[in-house]
Amino acid sequence: MSFTDALNHAGAKPAGKRPYFVEPQVERVLAITMAVAQELAVTRQRADTLERLLREKGLLSTGEIDAFTPDRAASAERQMWNQEYIARILRIVQQENEAAVLAEDVASGDVGDELASE
Amino acid sequence: MSQRPGSAAPSANDPSAAYDGPPDYRVIGRHAVFPETDHDEIERINFLAQMNRHLAARVVPGVKAAYENRVAPEFEAQNGRPLATRHEARKAMLEDPAFQTWSALRRMTMEQRQQAGRWTALRQNERLARIAADLTEGDERLSLDPTLAIPRYVSAVDHHCMPGSYHTEYFPGDITNGANYDHAGFVTTSGLLGKYSDGGGHAVVNWVRRNLPDFKPLKILEIGGTVGHSSLPLAQAFPDAELTIVDLGAPVLRYGLARAKSLGVENVRFVQASGETLSRFEDQSFDWIQTTMFLHELSTKALRNIFAETRRLLKPGGIVLHVEQPQYAPEMPLFEQAMRDWDAFYNNEPFWSRMHEMDLDAEMVAAGFTRDSLIHGGVFGVVDRELFPDAAEDGTEDYGRKAAWHVIGAVA
Repeated sequence: MSFTDALNHAGAKPAGKRPYFVEPQVERVLAITMAVAQELAVTRQRADTLERLLREKGLLSTGEIDAFTPDRAASAERQMWNQEYIARILRIVQQENEAAVLAEDVASGDVGDELASE
Repeated sequence: MSQRPGSAAPSANDPSAAYDGPPDYRVIGRHAVFPETDHDEIERINFLAQMNRHLAARVVPGVKAAYENRVAPEFEAQNGRPLATRHEARKAMLEDPAFQTWSALRRMTMEQRQQAGRWTALRQNERLARIAADLTEGDERLSLDPTLAIPRYVSAVDHHCMPGSYHTEYFPGDITNGANYDHAGFVTTSGLLGKYSDGGGHAVVNWVRRNLPDFKPLKILEIGGTVGHSSLPLAQAFPDAELTIVDLGAPVLRYGLARAKSLGVENVRFVQASGETLSRFEDQSFDWIQTTMFLHELSTKALRNIFAETRRLLKPGGIVLHVEQPQYAPEMPLFEQAMRDWDAFYNNEPFWSRMHEMDLDAEMVAAGFTRDSLIHGGVFGVVDRELFPDAAEDGTEDYGRKAAWHVIGAVA
């Protein structure tokens, strides 16, 4: 089975109409969020597995991760990663806030009409 | 919290001593056609089993409180009478945010389980099909019928949101849907069916040994046995018997025989047929006919046809046993009935609701069994208690999913 077919079949809709319990827009976002929560759990467990294997092999000692203090450069890199990450996730909040303070803004389709009438 | 028998008393502040929940999926029993699962696939299953556990243990109590404090009183205030039927109760709860949230999350967990399990099965289905073919090709204990029509009660909606159900094949010799059904069913019961998902079968065997100690069946039939989860314990308990498993789906039957042989269970045969028309078997062919968590996936007409076939196929003195979730008795609270009905409306189990309100005694009598020959009982899933949670000791109620069943049967 091809990769594309496997992707399609794995996520296939079962026969039968899907029930919605809240507003479909809300339920759609919740469904995506729960899938992301699942994948976060999987990633967290993978990191835990890695730590345990490293400890077993003597490459990491218990408490070493919790006691870890990044040096100044590493700290800056890590905190900037956090800032970038949050900014990516909350892009829509930034853009809605920018829009809220614009005196006027136009829709592309309207500009298209406007330019066509020039 | 259930304390495992024989284990030492927990020491103070040992986090593992307080653990009460599904085991790590890595304790699952494997066999030749069991799909390989990588680290992340296992953790996906662990997460989803914990989701179901969380919903049952920590969210359902909020749904119940909402029913008691908001839904039922508000209905009574608006209508001047209390809720009268489970359908009224369910429809009233549909307007309540606690039920909405629980329902949405429960549905999504099932959808995520199907996607997770199907991905694992699909990505290796050609390799698994080859293993199954090596184990079953030329073996007369696998009898398939490509002309068999799939009835509407199976084809119209995919039971428990399992795309393609038990019968869809993606290529000749395919076992994908058997592999998905087998390896990821752990999610739904949070491990309560045990290492080989066979806790239902062991429960039935224990029940028969306790209640019918002199029963020595030689011909056993399981109808709707899929991959043989609940069937193999019967064959193992009665090694002199020959067990026939019939099912509609070729992928589960191929997978089932390969699985059985790989687990060293040889006194079985897998036959593709409808339980409604078992004319291939002569009258009085079997000492024991079993169905386990099967009746709710039928229709009224099919159930009657199957009951009639069981009556025809049993030898005099033979027994039929059906294991199912409990019926909706008048003494069952409306809230519990409405919660148990959830699967009928929101998890693609269209016959669940009507089946659980049927008078099964009357149906058995209509099929030709005498009223004084009817059998009633109750069983819990039987598991390896060192590794798996025990349904009999588990106070959590996951309406319709718990490994605690009723038995209805008859002696021919």
